[in-house]
Amino acid sequence: MSAHSTMHESTSPRFKQNAREALDNKQLQSALGHVRHRFIDKRAQAAAQLPEFDDLRDSAKAIKDHVLAHLDLYLAHYEQQVHAAGGHVHFARTAQEASAIIVDLCQKAGATTVTKGKSMVSEEIGLNAALLAAGIKPVETDLGEYIIQIRGETPSHIIAPAVHLTKAQIEADFRRTHTHLDAKRNLDAPESLLAEARTLLRDQFLRADVGITGANLLVAETGSSIIVTNEGNGDLTQILPKTHIVIASIEKIVPTLEDAAQILRVLARSATGQDMTVYSTLSTGPRRAGDPDGPENYHVVLVDNGRSSMIGSEFEDMLRCIRCGACMNHCPVYHAVGGHAYGWVYPGPMGSVLTPSLIGVDKAGHLPNASTFCGRCESVCPVRIPLPKLMRHWREREFERHLSPATFRWGLSFWAAFAKRPRLYRFVTSFTARALGMMGRKVGSFRWLPLASGWTATRNLAAPQGDTFQSQWHRQRTAKDQRKN
Amino acid sequence: MHSNPKPRIGLFVTCLVDMFRPSVGFCAVKLLEDAGCEVVVPVQSCCGQPAYNSGDRAHARDIALTHIKAFEGCDYIVAPSGSCAGMMVKHYPELFADDPDILAQARSFASKCHELVSFLSDVLNVTHIAQSCHHSVTYHDSCSGLRELGISDQPRRLLKSMEGLTLIEMKENDVCCGFGGTFAVKYSDISDAIVSQKCRNIEDTSADLLVAGDLGCLLNMAGKLSRQGKKTDVRHIVEVLAGDLTTPAIGAPHKEGNAQ
Repeated sequence: MSAHSTMHESTSPRFKQNAREALDNKQLQSALGHVRHRFIDKRAQAAAQLPEFDDLRDSAKAIKDHVLAHLDLYLAHYEQQVHAAGGHVHFARTAQEASAIIVDLCQKAGATTVTKGKSMVSEEIGLNAALLAAGIKPVETDLGEYIIQIRGETPSHIIAPAVHLTKAQIEADFRRTHTHLDAKRNLDAPESLLAEARTLLRDQFLRADVGITGANLLVAETGSSIIVTNEGNGDLTQILPKTHIVIASIEKIVPTLEDAAQILRVLARSATGQDMTVYSTLSTGPRRAGDPDGPENYHVVLVDNGRSSMIGSEFEDMLRCIRCGACMNHCPVYHAVGGHAYGWVYPGPMGSVLTPSLIGVDKAGHLPNASTFCGRCESVCPVRIPLPKLMRHWREREFERHLSPATFRWGLSFWAAFAKRPRLYRFVTSFTARALGMMGRKVGSFRWLPLASGWTATRNLAAPQGDTFQSQWHRQRTAKDQRKN
Repeated sequence: MHSNPKPRIGLFVTCLVDMFRPSVGFCAVKLLEDAGCEVVVPVQSCCGQPAYNSGDRAHARDIALTHIKAFEGCDYIVAPSGSCAGMMVKHYPELFADDPDILAQARSFASKCHELVSFLSDVLNVTHIAQSCHHSVTYHDSCSGLRELGISDQPRRLLKSMEGLTLIEMKENDVCCGFGGTFAVKYSDISDAIVSQKCRNIEDTSADLLVAGDLGCLLNMAGKLSRQGKKTDVRHIVEVLAGDLTTPAIGAPHKEGNAQ
């Protein structure tokens, strides 16, 4: 699909290899240890401190469901309100269109350097590559994004882009990149890395011609965009340059400021366990007469890129996502392999549902399959997205389209033919169980078994005890009945 | 319940118990009969989860329908597994969402299905287990039972009621063991990483017995523990509650004379 040509290159088809490499990467494994505890404990505490937290989740879900049912209406009203505030709205159907609009806006502003706040949709559309191709230098100003930018990497987590790195790796990157600074400077404390990045970025903020931010929410009532951050970089990005461009996907709309406040109450708690992020910033149009600061031009680029086709489909629930990252923070598969293994912009359970919608299930087919369906993601989702159910729907689509491996499909049909006929099943399993039981009872478990190497490569397989339960039960009951007669 | 005739329980033994560990099935029968139930075992196979979770709805529906019919006439359908019970309670109705005639049957069937331990506790009001068990035990919450059916306190209460039993909670007891059905084979590297972490948490408790309510998870954890050469015994919770601690633990060798 040509529409996807400027989008981020995907390595999702080689998910299995990615996962193997991730499991063998000692630094990555050490960095991932933090995800397993820090985020989970903090979210649990934040939820426990707010008795109405689960009710707020219901309310957040209801707000998003309402918006999705009336999205056309709210988008039209939002556009109207942005215009009324002196801003401009641009609709982009595809990633390519979105990048082209932004590059064009930057060129019209005569920009050579643009600062960027953290934006996942800008990763999705491959915006940095498009800017660079047009001779415009994008500078990521979120610390995590800055780190991965100097490493030439993509985010491995939607709210903590550099969570796959250890402090030692980041220090080495800073020393490698910031060569104009004293080579002997002390960077032992994490704060010293932050201070160094801040100082360097300050200069860039002042130099930038355009600031690009994402949006956590767009408010139809007022035409405002809202970003939530902890570093304040987003504010400098959108206030200092002459032009502020907001890039957001269409489902970020909420009807009113009241609705936005409701969603903010679950967002930070689910994401980082904070009651609120340090900064929650609303932008409504460009600088007005008498405003002490703010941009002279305010543009919003609304990206569809496949989302409108999800409305009315079995994947519509996914459009409720508010990008908190709680699903990946609680996912045992994410904990094991990290975000890069998923091979595209959005990792973890939300990515396993969204990625096939955006780049095609033929490319991202592994992702919805690489889940144990443990359901922990759904249990923490602030907008109650039934993630396992949606992953299962992808598996159904793959099955219908014969995308799953032929041997697997054949095996499944073979097994199902027996499972549908319990009497035949009882006969065949009894034979198998007795044979395996005889082979294995002395040792107790098999270290290797033909056709079971996927299991026995890493763990033993307990041998059946002998005959099946059903066969034994049937024999006992028959004997009992005979005695009775 | 004294004045009523005995409730008629259809035991859904689960394909894994049927095949690998029939003793769990007999323990289930014992627990149910001890609690005053009549137990029947209609001819059955698997709940259909492998097909359902592999995207093969057509086969999953056929298999579901087979079992809805097989268990007609039972007051309750009880399974020693949160995963299979969850499939029947939550997903059988979903499978027939677009077929109103069967949907009504599937819903009625689903409303009668229970996981065994929570059934003993919540429906039969069993509060105390008369058996003793002189072991330090750690309990793993299997995902479907925990999150689809809300099984968490019931097994712990019954275990703690047993004389001699010490319950030691492991870290991350509510985190998946990495089994996930076909996941364990299709993504065996990742599954291995998850179960290895689980085994570290089990080992940290120093418990001598690991129990859980699902044989799939148990085969996975037992398989990893025995590959690592660990001595922790692994058993289905139903064996412990029924007082069957003489059958060799999961994956342990059978000594002669132990034949079923």
